[in-house]
Amino acid sequence: MEVTVTVNGEQVTRDIEPALLLVHFIRDTLGLTGTHWGCDTSNCGACVVLLDGRPVKSCTTLAASCDGHEIRTIESLEVNGRLDPVQQGFHEEHGLQCGFCTPGMIMTARALLDENPDPSEAEIRTAISGSICRCTGYANIVRAVRWAAEHESAESRR
Amino acid sequence: MATTAAKETPIGHGNMKRKEDARFIRGQGKYLDDIVLPGMLHGAVLRSPYAHARIVSIDTSAALAHPKVHRVITAKDLETLGLAWMPTISYDSQAVLAGDKVRFQGQEVAFVIAEDRYSARDALPLIDVEYDPLPAVVNARKALDPDAPLIRDDKPDQTDNLATPLWEAGRAEECEHVFAEADTVVSRDMIYPRCHPAPLETCGMIADMDPETGQLDIYNGNQAPNLHRTVYAQVAGLPEHMIRIMTNDIGGGFGNKVPVYPGYVCTIVGSIVTGKPVKWVEDRSENLMSTGFARDYVMSGRICAKDGKITGVQVDVIADHGAFDSTAQPSKFPAGFFHVFAGSYDLEAAHCSVKAVYTNKAPGGVAYRCSFRVTEAIYLTERLVGELALKMEVDPTELRLRSFIRPEQFPYENKTGWTYDSGEYEKTMREAMRIAGYDELRKEQAERRERGELMGIGVSFFTEVVGAGPKKHMDILGQGMADGCDLRVHASGKAVLSISAQTQGQAHETTFAQIVAEELGISPDDIQVRHGDTDRTPFGLGTYGSRSTPVSGAAAAVAARRVRDKARLIAAGMLETSPEDLVWEKGRWSVRGDPEKNATIDQIAEAAYGDAPLPEGLEGGLDGQSVYDPPNLTYPCGGYICVVDIDPDTAEVKLRRFIAVDDCGVRINPMVVDGQVMGGLAEGVGIALMELISFDEQGNCLNGSLMDYLIPTALECPDWELGATVTPCPHHPIGAKGVGESATNGSPPAIVNAVCDALYQSHGVAHIDMPLTPARVWAAMQGKAEPPQ
Amino acid sequence: MQTPGPIEYERATTVHNAIELLEKYGPETRILAGGHSLLPMMKLRLANPERLIDINELDELSYIREADGEIRIGAMTRHRELLESELLTRHFPIFVDAETVIADPPVRNRGTIGGSLAQADAAEDLSAVCSALKANVVIAGSGGERVVSMEDFHVGPYMTAIQDAEVLTEIRLPVRAGGGSAHEKVERRAGDWAIVAVSAALWMEGGRIADAGVALSAAGPTTVHATRSEGLLRGEDPSEELFAQAGALASEDCSPTADGRGPVDYKRHLAGVLTKRALGRAAERASNRGG
Repeated sequence: MEVTVTVNGEQVTRDIEPALLLVHFIRDTLGLTGTHWGCDTSNCGACVVLLDGRPVKSCTTLAASCDGHEIRTIESLEVNGRLDPVQQGFHEEHGLQCGFCTPGMIMTARALLDENPDPSEAEIRTAISGSICRCTGYANIVRAVRWAAEHESAESRR
Repeated sequence: MATTAAKETPIGHGNMKRKEDARFIRGQGKYLDDIVLPGMLHGAVLRSPYAHARIVSIDTSAALAHPKVHRVITAKDLETLGLAWMPTISYDSQAVLAGDKVRFQGQEVAFVIAEDRYSARDALPLIDVEYDPLPAVVNARKALDPDAPLIRDDKPDQTDNLATPLWEAGRAEECEHVFAEADTVVSRDMIYPRCHPAPLETCGMIADMDPETGQLDIYNGNQAPNLHRTVYAQVAGLPEHMIRIMTNDIGGGFGNKVPVYPGYVCTIVGSIVTGKPVKWVEDRSENLMSTGFARDYVMSGRICAKDGKITGVQVDVIADHGAFDSTAQPSKFPAGFFHVFAGSYDLEAAHCSVKAVYTNKAPGGVAYRCSFRVTEAIYLTERLVGELALKMEVDPTELRLRSFIRPEQFPYENKTGWTYDSGEYEKTMREAMRIAGYDELRKEQAERRERGELMGIGVSFFTEVVGAGPKKHMDILGQGMADGCDLRVHASGKAVLSISAQTQGQAHETTFAQIVAEELGISPDDIQVRHGDTDRTPFGLGTYGSRSTPVSGAAAAVAARRVRDKARLIAAGMLETSPEDLVWEKGRWSVRGDPEKNATIDQIAEAAYGDAPLPEGLEGGLDGQSVYDPPNLTYPCGGYICVVDIDPDTAEVKLRRFIAVDDCGVRINPMVVDGQVMGGLAEGVGIALMELISFDEQGNCLNGSLMDYLIPTALECPDWELGATVTPCPHHPIGAKGVGESATNGSPPAIVNAVCDALYQSHGVAHIDMPLTPARVWAAMQGKAEPPQ
Repeated sequence: MQTPGPIEYERATTVHNAIELLEKYGPETRILAGGHSLLPMMKLRLANPERLIDINELDELSYIREADGEIRIGAMTRHRELLESELLTRHFPIFVDAETVIADPPVRNRGTIGGSLAQADAAEDLSAVCSALKANVVIAGSGGERVVSMEDFHVGPYMTAIQDAEVLTEIRLPVRAGGGSAHEKVERRAGDWAIVAVSAALWMEGGRIADAGVALSAAGPTTVHATRSEGLLRGEDPSEELFAQAGALASEDCSPTADGRGPVDYKRHLAGVLTKRALGRAAERASNRGG
């Protein structure tokens, strides 16, 4: 069957099998391997992307269900060589080690800040509670999101 | 991407931001499943649903009839290649694909190769295997019962389920004497339950055998690429120099990516028989049910004190190794470094015995940041000390402070054969107490107790032993545990450092650059660290057991110093003076007393390749090479304090605060060190409170998914409070000790100690086996505590 | 990662169309809503439908509104929308309690109330919530609509009153004066299934309990409706002792099984403790609203 999805701002049409999961559509069909997978039971959050602006687990979504909808992946954040403040924040605050959970965490954080530009630590921890990190112990990820929140509002104030 | 402003970027050690971040924050990391080769096929493993069963027949015809399936490999096929069984790192043998019997649920039975991953998965149920189930044994103690089912009937001389004979360290007689003389003795059976490193990226491989040239390219995120290459060469009879292993980026290792798994061997065979690249990536249930688990130590320990000081610790262990003995540790140490359980205390006696058993469970045991069983050792001792303090009605920090090895006693030979390098334990412990506001916490606890509230303060202090290790004592599969390092400074003054360590997130691209920067004064931004490719990096035993900094880091410093020494000779020629007249300041050699006359490293590098003649006897280029054989291991330590609040009705344990002070000697990059600690602390929370791999009586694994194997989220972890003391390692070139596993070692006993501290007075709870789930804590509060499984 | 087997896929254009398609293709066809129960089962090959009818485009089923003395929730309303609905929170704060501890935020962006109720997992929180709130559900088939009480809706483990070629379309919560509600859950880790969870609702009149709803998750083969507890509470003055007694009855009447989350005695204990707590909070909320 054919699906047409807007991916990172661009409309793409592909012929797929109905059973194809969104995560495999993104990774294998489109070659966007920044989105990862880490489990079988929708627990780990490595596969989080934005579907119509909201974080979803792409391993538990059919590509077919996304026909006519909009997907944003980690690859969409850097624009014209400029990093998104969330990406920069993860770098500034050492919010990543192996990097495997990072795209899911960053996309979740991006969606959070889009809705809530000044989240508390508790709100950040809740927002990322669907993503598991084995490396960082989370504290620096929280700092990374706070860094982005502070620098984003500073920028928009200019 | 610029890292930081030039003046903020340290030349050498310091809080430098990571160079490797650039690709990861953009989603441009290259992990195994990201790699696609032209014509690549996909593999999938059929696994046994039974823990113990004879294989009656395997019918692959329906699977082969699937239009997208290319091959199905079974044990019969592997037998013709002599690969149905493979040797393990512990000198046992492990089935690659089960032929006669399956011996654990999840064991590999067949390997399907198909066009794409969905077809490979669809073909698995088409393979028809007839099993004849056998009784299973999944309890380590029961495995030694005379009527327990015999698991390893494939081994001709095996008549029981003993995997390794009894191994001992320390002196039993001395212990008897010391315990007899003691004022207080605490005995405790405890289990360090089976858990799993569960890195976020599962294991997998792409094997690409070129039938024309015989070159085997392997893409595989493993922690010891050179060692793996040696294993494949030995096992498959392929020439080692024709095997290239490329690790690229690894999504977490934690020891899970040390072993050679049957899936890897099948993937290689798959490529050989199809003539195409074959990719196999396991799913999460395969990872949890069949790859290297951690711990599963059944321990019977006791501790004693005299005149207020800890005087003896003794423990007997039954180690559950699963169906095959594939534990990874230096060959002369079948119980790894468990015998460092003598810990941080100036004991009069210590003794341990360890024997390993087979059970119908997945093979493994040494993993999950355990430093070769040091996690088990530290847990045992710190839990015994915790209980001893409760029984003696003495403050747990006080008991430890009285019993610590003192700074002037270093290098300290402990009672089980280890020589600790350095440590200032009291200083480290007191720093933790200071950060915690320990006295205020005890006051608060007293107040809360009056109100019937259950607040607990747990302490743990640990001495780790890492950085394996001196070749004369330590080898794996006959490969001495020395690591190589190659440094090349180009004419531009920029450098490439090739290392044998294998990062899985530990920031080697940054920290190793910093090591060289510190020695040579070249900016770390100008030092490219190369790793993870056996064709382009020197031989070494890889990264686990926190050995990267102690061994490879030392190698890097030594190689850099050799470069510096050569630079001195070149500079002497350039400055027309003798090398003895030159002094070094970071980045240049200058004439003693005449600093204006100098040669910077840039200038020296240029001269090394230039056309002007070099001093007599000196060849061109500016390279340094080393193979570092460490003179000893290193002994990082730490003092941890944890505060918990327990809901008296639901028994839920809430972790309020966690204070961790680590002493890992010189800290190359404190930001990276802290990151390693925080990650380890989160693992400790998981292990102490929720992680468990358990089985029912039939041997069914009950925690084969992340829905049942619970890993902490951001909501279970507090904001960590970290501190540091620095006691340099006297034998390491830069005084560093390594820290990667410290926090995973020290945190679980701190948490369990905190819970017992909360419940001892009110409920008489002196011990609860992990994981401390609400149900298990509640049972303990009712006086009904039982070990897990 | 595990992958689903081959399937056929179609999108429903309306509820009526969904019913038609279910009739046309027969029982090997399943409705795909949020997919966070069905797709994981398909990946693990525990569910192997031949065809999926995707109803995610049916905006007509996505609403929370007040009508005829009821709050009516469309079956496709996402968990997140339930959590954020000011209207729902005002009348039934129990939904905030429950949604805060259901799964995690990305899953809540996709999972739906209809999907959760239809899955009928005994450990599922919203079933207990709706049961305590005396909800009715609307099931649509080719013959029209029928309204079913929560008691009649939950037939057994993973079994509901929804027949072949029927679709759950709406949940109806009666609005009555003097109401307060709360949900209490104990879990081993954020996002986990409940070890036990209790939903409690009270309707107060003149300081007395006029009506009560108490239901338990993960305490039996299906959602446990604590009828004896409710009977005890009706007509009484609210008090801690009363709520403890109601808890004791719930503890006796539920039928938990031992599993990885806990043994039977602990679960019974939690049933008692959480019933008491949920009733206490429900009463507080009812009095805050002037009940």
